[in-house]
Amino acid sequence: MRILDGKGVTKYFGGLAAVDDVDFHVDQGEVVGLIGPNGAGKTTLFNLISATYAPKPGIIRFKDTNITHKKPYQICRMGIARTFQIVKIFANLPVIENVRVGAFFGESISVSSATATKESLELLEYVGLSEVANTPARDLTLANQKRLEVARALATKPELLLLDELMAGLNQTEVAEAMQLITSIRDKGITIVMIEHVMKAIMNVCDRIIVLHHGKKIAEGTPQEITHSEKVIEVYLGEDHAGSE
Amino acid sequence: MNSIPFISKRALVPGFIILILLILLAAAPSYSSAYFVILMGDVFMYIILTVSWTIFSGPTGYISLATAAFFGIGVYASAVAGNEFPLLVVIGLGGLASFGIALLVGFLTLRLKGIYFAIFTFGLVTLIETFLRWWELNISHTIGRVVVYVDNTTVYYVMFIILVVLMLTAFIIRHSRFGLALQSIGEHEEAAAHIGINVTVVKTIAFAISAFFMGAAGAVMATRWTYIEPSIAFNPLYSFIPVLMAIFGGMGQLYGPVIGATIFTYLKEKLITEIPELYMVIFGVVMVIAILYLPDGLVGIVQKLWTRIRGGKRAHT
Repeated sequence: MRILDGKGVTKYFGGLAAVDDVDFHVDQGEVVGLIGPNGAGKTTLFNLISATYAPKPGIIRFKDTNITHKKPYQICRMGIARTFQIVKIFANLPVIENVRVGAFFGESISVSSATATKESLELLEYVGLSEVANTPARDLTLANQKRLEVARALATKPELLLLDELMAGLNQTEVAEAMQLITSIRDKGITIVMIEHVMKAIMNVCDRIIVLHHGKKIAEGTPQEITHSEKVIEVYLGEDHAGSE
Repeated sequence: MNSIPFISKRALVPGFIILILLILLAAAPSYSSAYFVILMGDVFMYIILTVSWTIFSGPTGYISLATAAFFGIGVYASAVAGNEFPLLVVIGLGGLASFGIALLVGFLTLRLKGIYFAIFTFGLVTLIETFLRWWELNISHTIGRVVVYVDNTTVYYVMFIILVVLMLTAFIIRHSRFGLALQSIGEHEEAAAHIGINVTVVKTIAFAISAFFMGAAGAVMATRWTYIEPSIAFNPLYSFIPVLMAIFGGMGQLYGPVIGATIFTYLKEKLITEIPELYMVIFGVVMVIAILYLPDGLVGIVQKLWTRIRGGKRAHT
């Protein structure tokens, strides 16, 4: 079943098409990788899905509902959560409060304070931040701040999770942990779209990959297909990589 | 955590202090001088303006300079309705008028950020003042209005009641999910929107709640002035002084703005009566020192000392 479906999605900044007539879809339960060189329009596409911008023209559907002109908070309550390329945590709030905000406001139904706290504690446990629950979020390491963003997004009970460069700036160990986290979220039944530059992660975790270049979709397929696509190798992966994988 | 600590042990001592303070203040007019009652009326008014300003601007970081506008709307509501209705109704009307205009203005302008929002809100003060002046010159052909007189003790008690209601409101907001939403907006508005907070509605409601109390204070204060006109009602100092008082006291804790406003009003009163020629100079110097050396206000210093004492104790046990 298609959980997300975009038709002719376009976004201009001035005269420049950041996202140019892109058709895409995401099936329930899969992990989709969104890759492409810097400036390809990946984050803009995320911003269009999560309603930071509205596509013009273009239509985005979530579970057969047209969400093209919804507001960000409505998108979130419908079941799409996201993290940010540059972390946007609530730096001066304790870690647990960051998550509680998501638990309180991320759903259309009203959540009691006790339930929100309980869920938040469970999520902190899940992402491995229990011990720093009462620390101000600004004092966390980058890797932990990214985990916190994931916990905050999960607190809104999403069906679809958009991860924007979760692994950028992380060391090898942290990347491995992040990959485990993504797999584990997928196993909970949450569909994932992830923007990533760490190829190892993309190739291991994703069921399907969409490649953007200059705002256009230039390729789509399994990791296997993508690594062998001439066009992708040309614009993005480079010949060395194609040889080694 | 963050449940309202009505009965927790930690709240016992401050709760007791507050109770004694409330009793002392409630009984004050019967044992103190007329001067004290008038001064405290002023102190209450500035605390109300400062705390209500902090309700919205504290957590969100949106610097509003519209305090004088909402205060002035209350003043005018009192002048217009004061003859026909009892005082408490008039105060309610003043508050509601400000609340309504804040809702309208908030919906239209809370997409502005930073300095643009500050400038717009200040423009609102001038806009309403100019409009009223035009109205008086061309439509009603009056200059200013006379307000029904209310004695100082009544002003004292009414201000006191508004203040208590305001403090309760501020306390509840601070410990509610609504307050958490306001804080998240101040921390990172875009992230707040993306985790399900309807930022426009939350900001606008907070803005309107703070305007309600400003308007109510204006409605009471008008009765003491007996004669008002646009430049008195919409004096821009009412926009700036609460900001300074909040910074001086510190916004980290609810009592910060209260302490800031109390000390500042007293200082202002003393300086105006005793060394009027240097009043603004001293005021300015205090302010500069506060901004340079007290980033978290007076409360910040107290908290720093407190953690040092507690830290010391812990080190010994």
